[in-house]
Amino acid sequence: MTAATVTEAVSSRRAYGSMSRDRAWALRWSYFFLILFVIFFLTPPIYMLITSLKTSTEVSAITNPWFVFNPTLENYRELLTSAQFLTFFKNSALVSVIVVTTTMLIAVPAAFALSRMRFWGSTVLATGVFLTYLIPETLLFIPLFKMMAMFHELTGIQLLNKWWVNLILYPTLTVPFCTWIMIGYFASIPKELDEAALIDGATWMQTLMKIFIPVALPGLIAATIFAFTVSWAQFLYPLAFTTSVDQLVLPVGIITSLIKADIYNWGQIMTGALLGALPPLIIYAFLMDYYIAGLTAGATKG
Amino acid sequence: MAEVSIRKVVKQYDGGVQAVRGIDLDIKDREFVVLVGPSGCGKTTTLRMIAGLEDITGGEILIGPDVVNDVPPKDRDIAMVFQNYALYPHMTVHENMSFGLRLKKFPKAEINRRVDEAARILDIKELLDRKPKQLSGGQRQRVAMGRAIVRNPKVFLFDEPLSNLDAKLRVQMRIEIKKVHQKVRTTTVYVTHDQVEAMTLADRVVVMNHGIIEQVGTPQELYHAPKTRFVAGFIGSPAMNFLPVSLESSGAALGLRVSNEIVFPVPADRAERYRPHVGKPKLLLGLRPEHITDAKPHLGPELFLFAAPLDVTEPMGMETLVYFRIGSAELCGRVSPTAGASDGATLRLAADLSQMHLIDDASDKVL
Repeated sequence: MTAATVTEAVSSRRAYGSMSRDRAWALRWSYFFLILFVIFFLTPPIYMLITSLKTSTEVSAITNPWFVFNPTLENYRELLTSAQFLTFFKNSALVSVIVVTTTMLIAVPAAFALSRMRFWGSTVLATGVFLTYLIPETLLFIPLFKMMAMFHELTGIQLLNKWWVNLILYPTLTVPFCTWIMIGYFASIPKELDEAALIDGATWMQTLMKIFIPVALPGLIAATIFAFTVSWAQFLYPLAFTTSVDQLVLPVGIITSLIKADIYNWGQIMTGALLGALPPLIIYAFLMDYYIAGLTAGATKG
Repeated sequence: MAEVSIRKVVKQYDGGVQAVRGIDLDIKDREFVVLVGPSGCGKTTTLRMIAGLEDITGGEILIGPDVVNDVPPKDRDIAMVFQNYALYPHMTVHENMSFGLRLKKFPKAEINRRVDEAARILDIKELLDRKPKQLSGGQRQRVAMGRAIVRNPKVFLFDEPLSNLDAKLRVQMRIEIKKVHQKVRTTTVYVTHDQVEAMTLADRVVVMNHGIIEQVGTPQELYHAPKTRFVAGFIGSPAMNFLPVSLESSGAALGLRVSNEIVFPVPADRAERYRPHVGKPKLLLGLRPEHITDAKPHLGPELFLFAAPLDVTEPMGMETLVYFRIGSAELCGRVSPTAGASDGATLRLAADLSQMHLIDDASDKVL
């Protein structure tokens, strides 16, 4: 009798506590899926790291592929002392830095103009920018190739097979998207802020430089990271437009120089890929410190 | 310091909507003018046209002697305080306040002197190194005002600056704004939808409705001598009572028939003015709640006494608002808390007809 009463009391209390029970289950599911994602996304890099520490003999030996029996840094030493690899690295770095700079120099003023300076056709232009981004590079590279060939015929200036041709090509991918991101960020800045600046005597340029860029800094950093990642990892354009070994960027260079016919130098490919992944990682980690969300808090009523 | 003149100003938006329909207004030097009206009446548009943030479709705006229609905001020598403060979030209070001066390349010493002076007036000296997000709503509004004061402009423009504050702080800031104007004495145009704010702050109130100016006058003029039904109903809280009446003549005296039983006598001094309107079909009697009070024996003979069953009573502490019906019209009166008013009770009330307004319902004009 007493036991039955107790059970009843407990069950009725549980019913009241259903909010926390729901929360507990939600948490369990979150952990389950998060762990699943972590496994899914981290397995390839871990496998790359393991393979990069193996000799070619060990890679092709029939042993447990998830364990290194004779760890070696030979792959790293060879790549980091290879002039070719360092050229790829240098080309990639130059291209990425210049592309990021030009992209931001074009995208930020463009986004400011499109989001704030209401002029005839600005809405159509903004949509146009977005549509440009929707056209995949796989569709673009053949007409672009043709254009460059024609440019050569007309002017005699050869654009093909030069590392710096990427400086013209990559912005076709980065500028539309970065402009679009920045339009979004600028649109979230209350209109009164630029009106206040306008009344305070700021020109459009001063409003952009002194108000909009500092306030939209998180967005600016997001766009910078995006532009850098796209430039650093771009594969199709450099593969199509550059062929000489000294003109290649890292992603294409690794593939073309480390795969000889049907011989795959797996250890070095993995090492090259890992080393190639480092700069975006470092940049991301560095910029995260500045990526302070909620910078606009306090601008208007809060 | 300057006067502001608005001449036949029209604002039409792209869709053809006319927000402002040809208004004329002269604001004197050092005057505090409040534009008040319901939302969509064109008051904010008017203010923004003075600021130069909206193009003017027609007419002229003058600040001082100059037509400023095509002058950009920065060259109009105005300062504006926005409803949502519009402080620059990445700058400290000092930087916010000095931004305009720094753009104009003022010497550093002069900038600091002006910022300190404004901070002293607004009592925000200890906040100068903080960022806006570390401030409360009232403090942010002070900083926004400070940013306007340091510029020492010809005209201050306020766009509903107190709307985002809670009721208590709003009353406090209202007094602050009045004090600041007493100290700084700059021509001020202030927009609000709150008629209490308009009445308490303004030297002159401009009541706007549907893009036109209904009436311009001192708070007392608007309250006691409204020219239109809209102004009569908009100014005052609780709002003026309106009840349909017919004007009847019985010899020399005139009477306002409210219902079969009640005929209010028209005060003798108004009889001649109202006589031409005898027999007009649509007339409204306007009477403020404070002119319908509890009948007290010592009150004068001009009061008309009647009994009314009360629908609802609202005790406010210092007074009690009573709601009752005469015919189809619901009326509000203000009675003493000791008058014994309670829901459902019948109370003897006195209407002070010396304070009445007679309105022509067809033209909405006060007769």
